[in-house]
Amino acid sequence: MGEEVNRLKLRKLQQTGAFSLLWFTGAVSVLIMLFVVGYVIMKGFAHLTPDFFTTPPRGGLSGEGGISSTIVATVYLVICTLIVATPLGISAGIFLVEYADNLKSRVIKKFVALARFGVETLAGVPSIIFGLFGYALFVTAMHFGFSILSAALAGSCLVIPVIIRTTEEALKAVPDSYRQASLAMGASRWETIRKVVLPSAVNGISTGLILSAGRIVSETAIFYVTLGGSYRTPTSIMSSGRTMALHVYYLAMETRAFDKAMATGAVLVLLIIIINLVINVISRRLSAKTGS
Amino acid sequence: MMSEARMRTVDYNLYYGSFRALRDVNVNIPVNRITAIIGPSGCGKSSLLRSFNRMNELIPGVRTTGEVFLDGENIFCKDVVELRKKIGMVFQRPNPFPKSVYDNVAYGPRIHGIRDRTILAEIVETSLKSAALWDEVKDDLGKSGLALSGGQQQRLCIARALAIEPEVILMDEPASALDPVATLKIEELMEKLKQKYTIVIVTHNMQQAARVSDFTTFMLTDEQRSGNMIEFGQTTDIFTNPEDSRTEDYISGRFG
Repeated sequence: MGEEVNRLKLRKLQQTGAFSLLWFTGAVSVLIMLFVVGYVIMKGFAHLTPDFFTTPPRGGLSGEGGISSTIVATVYLVICTLIVATPLGISAGIFLVEYADNLKSRVIKKFVALARFGVETLAGVPSIIFGLFGYALFVTAMHFGFSILSAALAGSCLVIPVIIRTTEEALKAVPDSYRQASLAMGASRWETIRKVVLPSAVNGISTGLILSAGRIVSETAIFYVTLGGSYRTPTSIMSSGRTMALHVYYLAMETRAFDKAMATGAVLVLLIIIINLVINVISRRLSAKTGS
Repeated sequence: MMSEARMRTVDYNLYYGSFRALRDVNVNIPVNRITAIIGPSGCGKSSLLRSFNRMNELIPGVRTTGEVFLDGENIFCKDVVELRKKIGMVFQRPNPFPKSVYDNVAYGPRIHGIRDRTILAEIVETSLKSAALWDEVKDDLGKSGLALSGGQQQRLCIARALAIEPEVILMDEPASALDPVATLKIEELMEKLKQKYTIVIVTHNMQQAARVSDFTTFMLTDEQRSGNMIEFGQTTDIFTNPEDSRTEDYISGRFG
């Protein structure tokens, strides 16, 4: 009898121990995040004036000026990258989920397996590798120079795997019963995809696009070697430029305005938080709709 | 009393890869009657049903031999879009699209090229009326199909199938996911629909087959697990005076 009671106590103690540890690690990770975000925002807060957002950087060692041109460059680059990457990524995702699995030929199956492997590999390649590739191909060989165009093309290589993966996930989440119902009514495969499957997957797919926008906003290495670093406001896709993340890098490494780097960092962090909130809202709406 | 056959299979075999799911099935589906396909799980009821509109072809590795006729035409020689336009299907679980009631019903006609708004509105109304759902949804056709109750969703799916003006309606256990009240509504609806349509229903529920159908096909697996058609006849005969002892054993609940 006594032994059984002791065993029960021991089991309870084990549980308490395990849960305490889980709580502790959870709390630590939240604290680290709060500390980093809080530190950046606090250090940079003093500079977050309206002027900071509306004046361009003046260059030079002292790092005078604001960040207006870098905001423009960031937005410009995000839009151009998504214009290139969205159709390619979504189409590839549709191909992999809706068509590839139904193909019979063995050669094509091999090709599809290779494509899947390629997508997974690309998703893990460090961004500077895409940068070097972009530098060699777009900047040098194709004579696009350091420009929004070169950066957008290189950035596309970076985010296409992201878009493909999220598109695949979104399409797989669409119940097969929708496809069956549509096909049974005499709709073709393509009509079924266009009119039933894609509208049902649109939330999931847009999550992938926003995720990609976030990636473009936060990357530096790849744009260091494709976008150049001009602090002037870009006027065309052939202009060089500087995203906010790149600006942080330049300010920190090449000027004395470390506090301004922090301020720009704070803007970036806030932007990323907003992007994540948007994604959360979309996914919540998605799960409310499918009832899962 | 056999009436004229709307659909007919001749020595029809279905293979999933090397597995023979249906063996030499010869069945007639009489015009404007309800034909029930009954039998234990895994006997090929659904496979047979999905052969009538070639839905099995969506599964990789499916192969068929023999023939299936619709109005005397071999369905494997027809364009699959044309075929499915003539054969509506209702599935086991209600599967309305995540669209409005209106767009669900208008989906088929739109696919088949009807753009005129007044014609579409007319088709939607007639289809919903035929599916006995109109009175419950007419005030809010913009409501999502997913917001309806299970029974209403299934009637919406029936309306959606009717909107393409088919000749045949295939129903794959259409009431198995519904409560008894909703089931009764579907059964009453089938009774009405058979005046205009030829209906084939797969059901697990023998009482349901006895209640609603005019003709019954009994299927069973053989030693190779292939589905065989054991007996086909008027429902009253199958249930009261079956010719095959296996049919009698199944109907009296000795197995399955």
